[in-house]
Amino acid sequence: MADVTLRKVVKKYDDVEAVRGIDLDIADHEFVVLVGPSGCGKSTTLRMIAGLEDITDGDIMIGGDVVNDVPPKDRDIAMVFQNYALYPHMTVAENMSFGLRLKRYPKAEIKTRIDEAARMLDIVELVDRKPKQLSGGQRQRVAMGRAIVRNPKVFLFDEPLSNLDAKLRVQMRIEIKKVHQKVRTTTVYVTHDQVEAMTLADRVVVMNHGRIEQIGTPNELYHNPATKFVASFIGSPAMNFIPCRLEESGGKLHVRITDRLAFPLPPARAARYQGVSRTDKLLLGLRPEHITEASPHPETGVENFDATLDVTEPMGMETLIYFALEGTQVCGRVNPNAGAQDGAPLRLAVDLNNMHLLNEVSGAVI
Amino acid sequence: MTSTVVIDKAAPTRPVKLRSMSRDRTWALRWSYFFLTLFAVFALVPPLYMVITSLKTSAEISAATNPWWVYHPTLSNYVELLTSNQFLTFFRNSALVSIFVVTITMLISVPAAFALARMRFWGSATLATGVFLTYLIPETLLFLPLFKMFVAFGDLTGIQLINKWYVLLVIYPTLTVPFCTWIMIGYFASIPKELDEAAIIDGASWFQTLTRIFIPVALPGLIAATIFAFTVSWAQFLYPLVFTTSTDQLVLPVGIVTTLIKGDVFAWGQIMTGALLGAAPPLIIYAFLMDYYIAGLTAGATKG
Repeated sequence: MADVTLRKVVKKYDDVEAVRGIDLDIADHEFVVLVGPSGCGKSTTLRMIAGLEDITDGDIMIGGDVVNDVPPKDRDIAMVFQNYALYPHMTVAENMSFGLRLKRYPKAEIKTRIDEAARMLDIVELVDRKPKQLSGGQRQRVAMGRAIVRNPKVFLFDEPLSNLDAKLRVQMRIEIKKVHQKVRTTTVYVTHDQVEAMTLADRVVVMNHGRIEQIGTPNELYHNPATKFVASFIGSPAMNFIPCRLEESGGKLHVRITDRLAFPLPPARAARYQGVSRTDKLLLGLRPEHITEASPHPETGVENFDATLDVTEPMGMETLIYFALEGTQVCGRVNPNAGAQDGAPLRLAVDLNNMHLLNEVSGAVI
Repeated sequence: MTSTVVIDKAAPTRPVKLRSMSRDRTWALRWSYFFLTLFAVFALVPPLYMVITSLKTSAEISAATNPWWVYHPTLSNYVELLTSNQFLTFFRNSALVSIFVVTITMLISVPAAFALARMRFWGSATLATGVFLTYLIPETLLFLPLFKMFVAFGDLTGIQLINKWYVLLVIYPTLTVPFCTWIMIGYFASIPKELDEAAIIDGASWFQTLTRIFIPVALPGLIAATIFAFTVSWAQFLYPLVFTTSTDQLVLPVGIVTTLIKGDVFAWGQIMTGALLGAAPPLIIYAFLMDYYIAGLTAGATKG
């Protein structure tokens, strides 16, 4: 068990900077997820921690030791790959024990560890099979078993669930979480799926263009995103961004969306945005769950307005509604009994206590 | 929206369509059988003629009878060859040369292919292409310079390799190593990168990755390369003809031609028998490893 530290880590391929100076501290036992769109440098970062890629600049430390020039086999890490990378000619047990056999562990010890890992992953009856006789989910369990038996300092997962179908992915997500709760090994997990990131992570690292956009717990990222990128990447359906500006009217600060539509800000928000220039082009960031059907007695900060719905998507427990505001498509979530219908008008409420205000040019959350 | 039951009026036409498709298929099959038969006849008539001739006496061969029929079958050609020390020496020489050449080839080309396919180093791609280009140079162009080299080598060191069967162990690999390396590069390249990365993280050295992961996984390719190396060294004619002359140093193809043709007298019965016996070992190997050979060649071909 160990902590992992990245100090100004840079990776260049010829002239292309894949990773541009990353600083990251991962505590012992922590489950950290690197998430971002493809090409954001998350996999490269993971492979540099594994030692599969050289680092161009900076330092990587595992358990306090700089491992920049330490080969992968001496870093005491285990990795789970997207395509499982099981040795096709070996049985499950042989796959799992390969690393231990290379290190000449005693046979009894190897057997104990395999049994233990197989029980934990529920693959006891599969240990004598070859990988091609296993389903995708079973193969991924074996790949995890191969990591667990080594009892390494750090687990590295490189998009391990991307090859599985949606249902199995949810199931394996829970398995991975359970395994981590049992073995408590420091884990770095790479995915492009924000749901996976949110559900698994102690802390999520959102990456974009080779840089870290924000680090935080799933809740921090969801409720207090630092940038437009994070705000739009985390959460499904994504946050709405509606062009707006601030204006003073009747002694109260308003957020004006169209000539006919402006909402007064609740006191806490008004105080926070007092210093923002009234001429700045701004974006009003609203998550779909903060646009709901109107309530007869709105709380402070909840404002009712009328909209004509374009499309409705009944999901069972809720109905997603889509309508246009100043040419921007906006998504809201209403009660299935609220009477939302395609093309029909509906009175909606917006909860400004949970609003975000972003600078349209810089993308920063104010 | 009200739901309606859609009656598929096109449905009855489907069997008709199927029938026309199956008619297409029937014709395709007829044509393929026609050409397959044509090629089979083309390929199998010479060996059949060899079998027929090998069962005849010299007298019957030279007699003006139907060449496609044996009137007085005899095994005398087989008995004579299999009891002749000379023929058995040729056979032994061929076997020794082929076994050693296959071993040497595999020991060189498998590690070479692994290095060229996986251990990216400066110039590895150029080197891989270079290896293949070497294979394109025909032996008819190479045998004279090679001969001169061995003469010079003999003059310099006093070690005379010419006219010794084992000189072929040095020469044949110039044919087999490039091609086998090329096959194995293609085969190794088709193994997912993650597999060796997993092995490296598991603590395997390059050598262990090769012997414990790559060789077992690429076994069909390895067998294809082995068969190729064996066939080339077993059937090689030009190099042994040039480099060996004493009858006790000859390999089978050259031995048959030089000892069974005396002046302008052709011992046709024995020549055919010798050729048949000589063709037997590769045939047996092919029969057993055919599936691997095909799998190996195709897999290597698409990912080269």
